[in-house]
Amino acid sequence: MSSLVIEGLRAAVDGQEILSGVDLEVRSGEVHAVMGPNGSGKSTLSHVLAGRPGYEVLAGSVRIDDQELLGLPTWKRAEAGLFLAMQYPTEVPGVSLRDLLTASVRTSSNPDEVAELMRAEAERIGFGARFLERPLNVDLSGGEKKRNETLQLGVLRPAFAVLDELDSGLDVDALRMVSRRVEEATEEGGLGVLAITHYSRLFDELRPDVVHVFADGRIQETGGPNLARELEDTGYERWVKAPAPATASKGLPDDPFADPLA
Amino acid sequence: MVPAFSPEAAAEIGGPDWLVSRRTAAAERFVAATPPTINDEEWRYSRIGDFQLDDYVPSVRFGDAPMPQIDVEPTAVVRCVNGRVVVVDVDDELVAQGVYVGLLADSPVGQERLGAIADEASDYFTLLNDAFTDSPLLIDVPNGVVVDRPIVVTHHASGDRGATFPRLVIRVGENAQASVMDLHTSEPDELIFMCPLVELDAAAGGRLGYLKVQQQGNRTWQFGSVVSRAGRDATISAATAAFGGEYSRTRADTRLAGRGAHGDLLAVYFGDDAQTLDFRTYQDHQAPDTTSNLLYKGVVAGEARSIYTGLIRVGPDARGTNAFQTNRNLKLGPDAWAESVPKLEIENNDVKCSHASTVSPIDEEQQFYLESRGVPTGDAQRLIVAGFLAEVLESIPVAAAAPGLRLAIADKLARQSLVGVEQ
Repeated sequence: MSSLVIEGLRAAVDGQEILSGVDLEVRSGEVHAVMGPNGSGKSTLSHVLAGRPGYEVLAGSVRIDDQELLGLPTWKRAEAGLFLAMQYPTEVPGVSLRDLLTASVRTSSNPDEVAELMRAEAERIGFGARFLERPLNVDLSGGEKKRNETLQLGVLRPAFAVLDELDSGLDVDALRMVSRRVEEATEEGGLGVLAITHYSRLFDELRPDVVHVFADGRIQETGGPNLARELEDTGYERWVKAPAPATASKGLPDDPFADPLA
Repeated sequence: MVPAFSPEAAAEIGGPDWLVSRRTAAAERFVAATPPTINDEEWRYSRIGDFQLDDYVPSVRFGDAPMPQIDVEPTAVVRCVNGRVVVVDVDDELVAQGVYVGLLADSPVGQERLGAIADEASDYFTLLNDAFTDSPLLIDVPNGVVVDRPIVVTHHASGDRGATFPRLVIRVGENAQASVMDLHTSEPDELIFMCPLVELDAAAGGRLGYLKVQQQGNRTWQFGSVVSRAGRDATISAATAAFGGEYSRTRADTRLAGRGAHGDLLAVYFGDDAQTLDFRTYQDHQAPDTTSNLLYKGVVAGEARSIYTGLIRVGPDARGTNAFQTNRNLKLGPDAWAESVPKLEIENNDVKCSHASTVSPIDEEQQFYLESRGVPTGDAQRLIVAGFLAEVLESIPVAAAAPGLRLAIADKLARQSLVGVEQ
């Protein structure tokens, strides 16, 4: 039994604070949904957890059991058991899925099994074998990219997975297979999940134990699975501050390239 | 004593009378020519100012030479050491097809072929090659003959302060087809000058593939040229893989001379330590409906420099030209340097031309993606760099050479301490 513990996490991009004090604990086998409106900072949370360049951590702690992750290079966080399924997986020309997975420290104890694991995982989520030798994410559709992320999760067997909008770009069938695969990983391997999403459709197959409402850079409310359905009906309105009145455009034409004599 | 690079010295190299007088005439033009300097536009960014021909004498030493890594049995092999042929091994089947592989001077068409392509594009160093090439080689494929396995040529240079002038002329006749791998190596730690000149000629409907692999020693200076002409509906695919040398300059001059001719021009290069890799390309569209596609991709690490200067020239008669030129460079580390200068010169309106060039560090997002799967920083960078170059290796004309080139790239990568690139 492990736990991923986030405490007092504050982070900024370009000097602007985006995360303003996140506290969360996910234990093995648990599924936590983090739901919130666009621009609430929930994707930033996933990036900061994985150590993406361009984010400045201002305060706080992220631990898997006793190991502090903040300050570690990204690959060391993966070695410690963290996995990030990205909203927009990056294209890496000339590097195949097999190259990637055999180079991971998480498969270094069983490199010969990687090919077999890849085939088995591909079959479980209906991902064509022809994709396994193709360059990473190059010319893949949105849905294929998300299947690719899920396949990697299956092969790398992390202790905790952060799923950043795993449901975006997926059709109904793909969504079902992918979310079912993650649900199975929680049951079979005790995977702990932090599922960041805007919609509740991911949770038809992947059953959340805890639902957090995320807005304005922090968790605003925490509840049970019913909270997800409630959000689907009511939206996020009551957690979103009224937008500040626009002041920047004062005295300027709407289109800076417009003909001033028109 | 006769000065090393004089007409008298050129006259002393043996061979048939026509070859001796050709060499002597070239040497006379050479000594009368003005040496290029860094002030010439052609030679901007080059290290021509650091080169002294007087530092060298023609090589004579013989010795052994490395074999190229190639995954199929070649159909013919010619091996040269210091400009002299030491091995010629040609399959009987090839001889029976009328294909000639060997000393140009021994072929009845040798005199006709030598200079047929390069004389139109001569410069200071092609003249030098003309004057002092010891044993020019010829590969001549008759009309309609298809050579299905690659032909391999190797040139090795050794001996401190030695100069060699490899010359290779390749012609495929009408609707004929062949591919050639040409490996250039030299001893490490010896000051060596290599001045190779290659002529590629594809007659109407012919298909000629040529891959030059440059794995010279760390103190070798090269001024080399590959001059090509593609006739009507012919295709020339000319690739360079450059990994070695202290200063290595390759000029690739491709003339699309017949209607519908096509050129694929490729290079993959990797410089480290204090190497300078210098490329100059011309895509010369002379006839209507000609196409050319150039892709040069390279990596500079350590204190290495690379220079790419490319010109697409579309002549007044070349309506319907499609010409593309792409040069992409990865710069590993703060002291590496890459310069890329693409140019267009168009004298016809009915054309499609484009050029693109980039010099950039390893993509931060790609690195983050690989690392987020548990790939250590240095390994992630090595994967990204090898993947960046893979695009060229997938299309090189001698596909069986690709695995050997991947190993050469992996060797280069293994020498780099890449983790510092993170900053």
